[in-house]
Amino acid sequence: MINGIIGKKVGMTQLFAPDGTVTPVTVIKAGPCVVVQKKSAAGRDGYDAVQLGLVEDRPVKLKNVTKPMQGHFEKTGAGTPPTRVLKELRVEGDGEVSVGDKVLVDQFAEGDPVEVVGKSKGRGFQGTVKRHHFNRGPESHGSMNVRKPGSIGQSAYPSRVIKGTRSSGHMGDRRVTVKGLTVARVDAENNLLMIRGAVPGANGSVVVVRKVAK
Amino acid sequence: MNRLDSVEKAQLRTDIPDFGPGDTVRVHVRIKESETKERLQAFEGVCIARKGDGARETFTVRKTSFGVGVERIFPVHGPVIGRVELVRRGRVRRAKLYYLRSLRGKAARIRERDTRQATTGGSGQAQGASASNKSK
Repeated sequence: MINGIIGKKVGMTQLFAPDGTVTPVTVIKAGPCVVVQKKSAAGRDGYDAVQLGLVEDRPVKLKNVTKPMQGHFEKTGAGTPPTRVLKELRVEGDGEVSVGDKVLVDQFAEGDPVEVVGKSKGRGFQGTVKRHHFNRGPESHGSMNVRKPGSIGQSAYPSRVIKGTRSSGHMGDRRVTVKGLTVARVDAENNLLMIRGAVPGANGSVVVVRKVAK
Repeated sequence: MNRLDSVEKAQLRTDIPDFGPGDTVRVHVRIKESETKERLQAFEGVCIARKGDGARETFTVRKTSFGVGVERIFPVHGPVIGRVELVRRGRVRRAKLYYLRSLRGKAARIRERDTRQATTGGSGQAQGASASNKSK
């Protein structure tokens, strides 16, 4: 049984309940996905997983698919056209999954707890105030310590900065998992998934929605 | 925000009249008194802003109640609104009438719009709507 789907973030909007309450939702165009490869713990992969390909409205041109990848898709034998996005999902046991199977949003139901994996928006090189929510110093009265990080450790002992000390550096553009989200609405006809709350990444970025145990 | 249009279309209300900043509106708000009882309460004032797009659109209504300025923000398409009545059309030259907050009494009045010109204004809006339909 596959407990997830690949999708693309469409954007955020809101849903009105009959009593007037508003639910903020992220719209995700999820799937249809196709199983491209199966990995099993018994085989040479050493773990149980399925590789899903995201079938998009505008399929990738064959000339833009590298020869090795073409071979990978041909191996499915199911006539699966190549996809731009491939993601792996762990599955429990062998299951009744076979290569070429379609994975759709109808596996989700309203109220399902889910987690979403995405790539956060890149923020570039950022200071500690923005990156780690450090406090900033006073801006007036002759203060020169406005956005400086402050002390980063002790002196002669240990004579070095402890590894992992929060500092300035590149922020964002990394894999982020948001847990504790719920499915607000499923539109199986249009392959849309509406998830309550925010989801990492820019609009149009690839996200993986995984079902979690209640 | 064309990418969300199809998603939000189902939620849009069509029974809300066309009004904008400067217009005086009477908003009938749904008030829940108990589990079963519900009534409509009117909130009449000048619409000073419309914000957002699609299902997320809101409007701000300002009125002076016992000498105190009161503003309420309503979702245009939310079920909280029973209905909206257009009381008076105002002639204004701004999309956001936040300057009314610092004005009181006579100074805070808004000139009524000549509704004879509204026919041309209405056709202009119709053109805009058809143009947006084409872009879909």
